[in-house]
Amino acid sequence: MLVDKHQAEIEAIIERYPIEHKRAAVMPLLYLAQREYGYLPQEAIDEVAGLLDLDPTQVGGLVRFYTLYHEKPGGKYRIQICTDLPCALRGAEAFAEEMGEELGIAVNETTEDGLFTVEHVMCLAACHRAPMFQVQEVDGIHYHEDQTIETARAWIQAVREAQADG
Amino acid sequence: MAEHVLLRHRDIPEIGNLEVYLEHGGFEAFKTAVTKQTPEEVIEVVKASGLRGRGGAAFPTGLKWAFLADEMPRYVAVNADESEPGTFKDREIMEGNPFQFLEGIAICAYAARANLAYIYARGEFWDLAGDLQEKIDELRSRGLIGEKLFGTEYSLDIRLHYGAGAYICGEESAMLESLEGKLGMPRLRPPFPTVKGLFAKPTVVNNVETLANVPPIMTNGAQWYRSFGTEKSSGVKVFCLSGHVEKPDNYELPLGTTFRQLIFEHGGGILGGRQIKAILPAGASAAILPATDDVLDTPMDYESLPKVGSTLGSASIIVLDETVNIAWAEYKITRFFEHESCGKCTPCREGTYWMLHVLERFNGGEGVHNAADEDIDLLASVADGIQGKCLCALGEFAAAAVAAGVERFRSDFELRVVNGR
Repeated sequence: MLVDKHQAEIEAIIERYPIEHKRAAVMPLLYLAQREYGYLPQEAIDEVAGLLDLDPTQVGGLVRFYTLYHEKPGGKYRIQICTDLPCALRGAEAFAEEMGEELGIAVNETTEDGLFTVEHVMCLAACHRAPMFQVQEVDGIHYHEDQTIETARAWIQAVREAQADG
Repeated sequence: MAEHVLLRHRDIPEIGNLEVYLEHGGFEAFKTAVTKQTPEEVIEVVKASGLRGRGGAAFPTGLKWAFLADEMPRYVAVNADESEPGTFKDREIMEGNPFQFLEGIAICAYAARANLAYIYARGEFWDLAGDLQEKIDELRSRGLIGEKLFGTEYSLDIRLHYGAGAYICGEESAMLESLEGKLGMPRLRPPFPTVKGLFAKPTVVNNVETLANVPPIMTNGAQWYRSFGTEKSSGVKVFCLSGHVEKPDNYELPLGTTFRQLIFEHGGGILGGRQIKAILPAGASAAILPATDDVLDTPMDYESLPKVGSTLGSASIIVLDETVNIAWAEYKITRFFEHESCGKCTPCREGTYWMLHVLERFNGGEGVHNAADEDIDLLASVADGIQGKCLCALGEFAAAAVAAGVERFRSDFELRVVNGR
């Protein structure tokens, strides 16, 4: 249970909002739950709803509305490539295709070792440093800008090696 | 420009360090406001400066602050949900010159008689927002925000709230809904946020860049600020330049700088020496312009863009060269709006969906038949079915993009009908 493991953090999150509006804590609490579970299974949604006296349906609706919450498990590293217009003008579509080939998966698929999922996403405010992607992990999101397939390949390799070293 | 007003980290690399920011006069404007000026006096200076909202709507900032309903508590909600395709300025300000931004929030909050400000940062800015949280904690430990500031009765706290991936939350009322823990869907207005905003209390909603302008305005005065820009569009602006240019980047320049100056003098001209074809002056959210001499010599300010059939918005200039077929560009733009439509208003939800499907015919969608002549008019007709019929501007932007593309670059669509995609 989230509340057993993270009680102090949960209380600190709820305190950031006026007491009569504690519903406002739902988004940070969903991030916390996603950090704990790796994604947001129904169990996590029910727990967050319980913490804020919300209906699980209301919380589930939020999970489906916002793209950074995931109802289904994916790779440990979700590679989210921007293929929006400004990036596409600077080679992002070809880059995205090469990334898929490099990993041997199609969009929204996960590699067999469970490490990587590739997603195509909308603008990430890095149009001047295209091609680019962000990597969403359970504990955060990190940008990789001014990419070529070589720099991306080096990062993928480093992740694999770190994983193999345990 | 010799010295930057907003991107000061380009002149003073360590200004993201609190000591350095303080050495350069940081937080003097806030301290002076709290100890020597009334909120009304602060608002008068901001009004006189002519500063207008830099998030896209260009509403006069001081006037917005003066519109707050006479009710307590009040809030400040900072829009750091920068998600417009082609826009990456707020990010640089928060990364490079964070304390000027935070001081702007503090002055705004004092002027608004608010004791609590929330920064709504898009979730993708995870690392950036983590750094910002450390800066906020530093301000608190230095007594620059907190209880009874500078020996007065005024208290202020600044708190961060992360979005989770939804462009619509950059629309102010959807952002407030999201901050309240609801689906990010726009509200019916009136009432406006200055009357019933966050938690149904009077709220100032301002963009990051807007607030970063406030400390230098308070320090140097309204007349100094007016020495930049034009009569009606005063001051400096961070122009985001992207697409087919040699040097895509942020450029801080006076409002009224021409497209030609931005693209060719500052941006190094068109990538590979090719010819410029079209300009999107406000990311995906403004009508596309053919890059004629008249357009290139148009001053980028709030009054001049409508005269050539577009808007300045957040001034995110995407440049398209001669190799681009505009039917493809409109497909990419519509794909964005279709994905980001929140679904509340039927004309936007259904209209963006159908425009995307028709545009796929021009762009080789899987299992889709090739476009026919009548599809060009069908696009314009669906766009017309959205315009003026939605709660917020998203549907309006999506429709205007397609309508202008079809009207101004019809031959590109016809070419795809004749030659296939």
